[in-house]
Amino acid sequence: MLDGTGAFVEFDRVQKSYDGETLVVKDLNLSIGKGEFLTMLGPSGSGKTTCLMMLAGFETATHGEIRLQGRGINGIPPHKRGIGMVFQNYALFPHMTVAENLAFPLEVRKVGKAEQESKISRALGMVQMGAFGGRRPAQLSGGQQQRIALARALVFEPELVLMDEPLGALDKQLRETLQFEITRLAHELGITVVYVTHDQTEALTMSDRVAVFDDGRIQQLATPDELYERPENSFVAQFIGENNTLRGKVSAIDGGTCVVALDGGGEIDAVPVNVAKVGDPTLVSIRPERVEIDPQLGPGAHTLDAEVLEFIYMGDVFRTRLRVAGRDDFVVKTRNRAGQTRLAPGDKVRIGWLPADCRALNV
Amino acid sequence: MVLPPYATLGQRIWHYTFLVICGLIFFFLIAPILTIIPLSFNAENFFTFTPGMLALDGDAYSLRHYRDFFQNPDWQQALSNSVRIAPAATLISVGLGTLAAIGLSQGHVPFRRAIMVVLISPMIVPLIISAAGMYFFYSRVGLQGSYLGVVLAHAALGTPFVIITVTATLVGFDRSLTRAAANLGAGPVRTFFKVQMPLILPGVISGGLFAFITSFDEVVVVLFVGSAGQKTLPWQMFIGLREQISPTILAVATILVAVSILLLATVEILRRRSERLRGLSPA
Repeated sequence: MLDGTGAFVEFDRVQKSYDGETLVVKDLNLSIGKGEFLTMLGPSGSGKTTCLMMLAGFETATHGEIRLQGRGINGIPPHKRGIGMVFQNYALFPHMTVAENLAFPLEVRKVGKAEQESKISRALGMVQMGAFGGRRPAQLSGGQQQRIALARALVFEPELVLMDEPLGALDKQLRETLQFEITRLAHELGITVVYVTHDQTEALTMSDRVAVFDDGRIQQLATPDELYERPENSFVAQFIGENNTLRGKVSAIDGGTCVVALDGGGEIDAVPVNVAKVGDPTLVSIRPERVEIDPQLGPGAHTLDAEVLEFIYMGDVFRTRLRVAGRDDFVVKTRNRAGQTRLAPGDKVRIGWLPADCRALNV
Repeated sequence: MVLPPYATLGQRIWHYTFLVICGLIFFFLIAPILTIIPLSFNAENFFTFTPGMLALDGDAYSLRHYRDFFQNPDWQQALSNSVRIAPAATLISVGLGTLAAIGLSQGHVPFRRAIMVVLISPMIVPLIISAAGMYFFYSRVGLQGSYLGVVLAHAALGTPFVIITVTATLVGFDRSLTRAAANLGAGPVRTFFKVQMPLILPGVISGGLFAFITSFDEVVVVLFVGSAGQKTLPWQMFIGLREQISPTILAVATILVAVSILLLATVEILRRRSERLRGLSPA
């Protein structure tokens, strides 16, 4: 499904520059399979929205080619691409009713009146807005408007739908409901979705694969669990989820494991990801929930001394901030289960982790 | 405006003085227009209030000046000229002005400011200078003394109004709507007529109204560019004032005031309706 020949959407060495000097998108290569839900995730200015706009046809690639079903689309204007799109600010036509908004793409395609009506009511039904056909966008709430925008992007049955931070303007609860609905619809209809967001939770919960953008490049392209558990570089490790990082140098390396001597003192075991030899500087990265306090590890495992600075009760988890190897922003999350010790500031503990959970990344 | 309970004596005095000043300014602006309305019903051939009118005597009032306007061939010729020239000039102004405003609102157009200044200049340059320039130019190309010449001259004067009002409407226009239309499959022409045009229509209409009124009460340019055959209402009023001193002018003026109020009210209603549609104000 994801090999180069069978790709549904393909970016082939695409570059984009607005001013002819700085590249906003640098050498982008990406294949998206049919029916896949792919999210472009990244901080603002990372080039993710530019990529989406190039795919929609509102920006032209400075170099390289974008292909849709194997056909180059660089020379096709946006209105002939047949790609659905949901905009961040909904972009509903304010002078038309909801039904007229949905009829717009159908009229362009010269769909008959009766067929238009059945398609519109089906699309409105999909987003649970069946009763709102006669309203104007201004009479709807933000969440309702976004549902209509979604219905309008789906009503002409495109195979590819682009979404540009569609939930950015909504409150948290509504966002979660719509996240679920969008994923469900995408899978039911079998459409391919390219979704742009800067919200990592959204990216992880919705996507089949996530492309993490930074500085005009894809830093990592992987499934959500891979991205979270096996980040390939320190940017991805920091950007996705909460993460503890410690600076050090590789002091021993042996195939699947290495030992890192931390700058703040102490040694720990880690998995070498993109460090190659003894002496390489590295950032080791460990998730807060994988750290064990007073660990029962196998013989030869390294542990570190830590001092509790802060203990926060968060209901389902405890969040403890520690001073470790000279840094005082090391966070440990422990589940609130029966008998779990509650630490207090000033307590001295030993911490450790399974070498597999700790990754030695480039600086 | 209500005075807060903690207002000092000085603030109270200023508050009422301010109201009086506002009233005086309002009077200064509106009184000359209001006076001509009763005067136009004068039964005599004078520009003044007769004792009978001041005594509210019914016989001192009549519609004779209105009858004169509708029966006198000179006035009828002028009216028909104005009614032919103003709409034609308005149509040209609206077409050119709207296109210019849309073009100039696109970010990639070079020298936008310079082009804008040139297009707006007929509004800024003293009318007599434009008129003299047009006279010499139109004489050369054989447009002087023709309907087409007057229409083109008035169109040039009206276009800046359309550009300004349409540009103002475009500032609030959400560019993602045209992108959405393109994404849904509409070509540029359909996008313009189905999405952009309906939303900027209030600006187009009020610009068109200004252009219409400019042409309808313009006297300087038409004196230069036109000839006796293109005598418009303002021209006839100008002649009437100089040569005949007939109160028919007052009747015409009253009719024009009424028409202007009607037009402005129409535009205001349209504007509110469109704002409601765009969700800018509650239904």
